[in-house]
Amino acid sequence: MDPILFFIFAAVAVICAISLIVQKHPIKSALSLIGVMGSLAILYLLLGAEFIAAAQLIVYAGAIMVLFVFVIMLLNAGEEKSPARPSWFAKLLGIPLMIALLGILSYVIQRAAPEGSLAFGEYTGGAREVGRALFTTYLLPFEITSVLILIAILGAVVLAKKEL
Amino acid sequence: MNFFLLSLIKVGLVAAVLMTTLAYLQWVERKVIAHIQLRVGPSRVGPHGLLQPLADVIKLITKEDLIPAHVNKFFYLMAPILAVALALTSISVIPFGPQINVFGVETYMQLTDLNIGVLVLLAISGLSVYGIALAGWASNNKYALLGGLRASAQMISYELPLALAIASPLLLHNSLSLREIVNAQDGYYFGFLARWAIFQMPMPQIFAFILFMIGAFAETNRIPFDLPEAENELVAGFHTEYSSMKFAAFFMAEYANMITICALATILFLGGWHPPFPVELGSGYVPSAIFGMAAAIALFHGLNPARPKDRFTLPVFAIAFFGLAIAFAIPVLNSILLPLFWFASKTGFLLFLFIWVRGTLPRFRYDQLMRFAWAWLFPVSVVHLFATGLLVALYSN
Repeated sequence: MDPILFFIFAAVAVICAISLIVQKHPIKSALSLIGVMGSLAILYLLLGAEFIAAAQLIVYAGAIMVLFVFVIMLLNAGEEKSPARPSWFAKLLGIPLMIALLGILSYVIQRAAPEGSLAFGEYTGGAREVGRALFTTYLLPFEITSVLILIAILGAVVLAKKEL
Repeated sequence: MNFFLLSLIKVGLVAAVLMTTLAYLQWVERKVIAHIQLRVGPSRVGPHGLLQPLADVIKLITKEDLIPAHVNKFFYLMAPILAVALALTSISVIPFGPQINVFGVETYMQLTDLNIGVLVLLAISGLSVYGIALAGWASNNKYALLGGLRASAQMISYELPLALAIASPLLLHNSLSLREIVNAQDGYYFGFLARWAIFQMPMPQIFAFILFMIGAFAETNRIPFDLPEAENELVAGFHTEYSSMKFAAFFMAEYANMITICALATILFLGGWHPPFPVELGSGYVPSAIFGMAAAIALFHGLNPARPKDRFTLPVFAIAFFGLAIAFAIPVLNSILLPLFWFASKTGFLLFLFIWVRGTLPRFRYDQLMRFAWAWLFPVSVVHLFATGLLVALYSN
């Protein structure tokens, strides 16, 4: 059962990712991205990382992408106009460069991957474990990230509001 | 028993009950609003309009299914499906009662218990924005678009205080599984005061409950926060261009969301299926007494009818109520029916609160709505969460 589900949702994730780039209309791209996030959440769930799966859905699909869709709807962005004449330079170099990038990426991932393999449902990442790790091992990165996000919010407020 | 067969039976039961409740919630809402406004409400189809939901369903199914020419067809059709599917999915993690034994089969009165039940409900309620936002956008109509925009802005804003209000009782219960949350509220202080989250030491969660209910009204787009469908400004908001069953799908989604969020409030704050006072003080006899009294009242008014037709309808109701009263007194059925009774009556009271508020309060203005969420509700819920955390930490040492 698990491998079948894995292949279904892995395929959905890849198809949605391709559709994200190919689609001309921004709202269709945004919805494809939601599809990618949803299938990633299910892949996390298959591994047994239920808290991360739920957080993926709540934070990315439920909050960030809603804001994306909201802004696209608010600006009423229409279909993207493709340039009249695609440059021959991009055509010539695009495909070889992409293949090279994929090769390097797969090599690096292969090298960095730990020895042995992980079975479905073996990873125990409940809310308790994630919380404990965040507040002990990764306390400093966690706090620094929150400060960074705070700075980003302040910057957005300053940029958006000319007179405070 | 076979896991699949058992699950299938449970899903069928829950779906049937949920669909009936959805249909009759509409009837209850129309009746209650009518009586608040000194009207009679639906009264033509069946006795006291009891068959009105059936008539509505037939009307909605047979109505012409119109697809306007200027809509984005794919997303226009996807939006109501998304809305209703997400709304109906969330019922699957709600526990209605404890473990029961039916004909020798041990099972929980719940479709599935997840370790992250609360988070699943939050995730689904976060995703349900898309149904409304897409409906507004795909309709290609300025009123619908404005409704969709308002809905997404409102739901993002109110999700924050809602999630923070959920977080503070979780600090007390120390679990994310809905069944364990209910079990953590078992027992009584001084032998009579229930250990529900709204009474539980060291920090009674009564304020979190109020914050949660305010957020719940906004999440379900109900008055006083029903700006997305404000009819005097936006025609009908995001569902302006929808007709027939697609229109009904949005209504089903709204009512299903209402039921889920009331059930969640019951589980988190009101002790789920645990009775408000212990069995030793006679909480087991309450349903029998209530239904027996209802039967007596119906019988009395049936014998002294105010209208000619009451002579036939009210005795029938009296017999039905009397049958319920007897069912609650039978010891075998007792263990199944009593938890269900307490769960349903708490959830039902909260649903009545939704309808009551709709009959009482006017609608907010849009800027008031946003200021209320960000300048009042959000800081208050943050402070409340910190206070709860501090007290729980001090208490556990």
